[in-house]
Amino acid sequence: MVGLAIAPVRKSVRVAAPPAHCFKVFTTDLFHWWPKSHALHTGLMIHSEIEPFVGGRFYARFDDQQEINTGFVTVWEPPKRLLFTWEISEKWKSHPGAGTASEVEVTFHADGSDGTIVEVEHRNFERMGQGGEAMREAVDSAGGWSRLLELFAGYSDQSYPD
Amino acid sequence: MANDRVFSALADPTRRQVFDRLRHGPKPVSVLAKGLPVTRSAVSQHLRVLKDAGLVADQADGARRIYRIDPKGLAAVRVWFDGFWDDALVSFKAAAERTARKEKSKW
Repeated sequence: MVGLAIAPVRKSVRVAAPPAHCFKVFTTDLFHWWPKSHALHTGLMIHSEIEPFVGGRFYARFDDQQEINTGFVTVWEPPKRLLFTWEISEKWKSHPGAGTASEVEVTFHADGSDGTIVEVEHRNFERMGQGGEAMREAVDSAGGWSRLLELFAGYSDQSYPD
Repeated sequence: MANDRVFSALADPTRRQVFDRLRHGPKPVSVLAKGLPVTRSAVSQHLRVLKDAGLVADQADGARRIYRIDPKGLAAVRVWFDGFWDDALVSFKAAAERTARKEKSKW
């Protein structure tokens, strides 16, 4: 089948605060801003954060004490740059293989004396689908499309209650 | 909205399974239905929903139809994330600036 390349999503925002502050809010204080409606689990989200080290989790804790990982930190360069994989289920643990994850890079550039341009690039969506060498290995495991679809099903359940 | 259709199409586990099977390449309904706990006509119904959502496309091959994944539906996935990050960054900016003001006022 033809491999599908999906263009990255690129976004930027100017924040009236220095890069170090923005970096901290983006990671440690994730819970204070991450849209609650986009949880991968039913129930009330009571905490979320991006742990401050390579290998750290991007996770959310719910009121039933379950913790769900969104991804893992692969680059931790405060206050300039952050890279994390975008996973969608705890199955990640038993099916390691960054080849099936999309990834998110966040950069923080000082803008003036007291401002920061924060740029987000969410890329490699096609890794979650078909095509690509890494995907070939994962295609028969629990990875690939199944995960992506579970993700959307999860979002969908949240967004469109019966 | 096109995305709504994509999400609701994928919300059904059997439909996800049908869609997932097309990952490996185009297939006719008879092959797609093999091993699934539903009838062939149910699979056809699922395919219709997936097709309406733009997730699969089909073409005639003699008397039967061959289904394949339609890249246009995948583009909808990207569109979804596009909107998602818009929302997230608006919220992030507000939080970062609110807390920055608080810290400044402490100085």
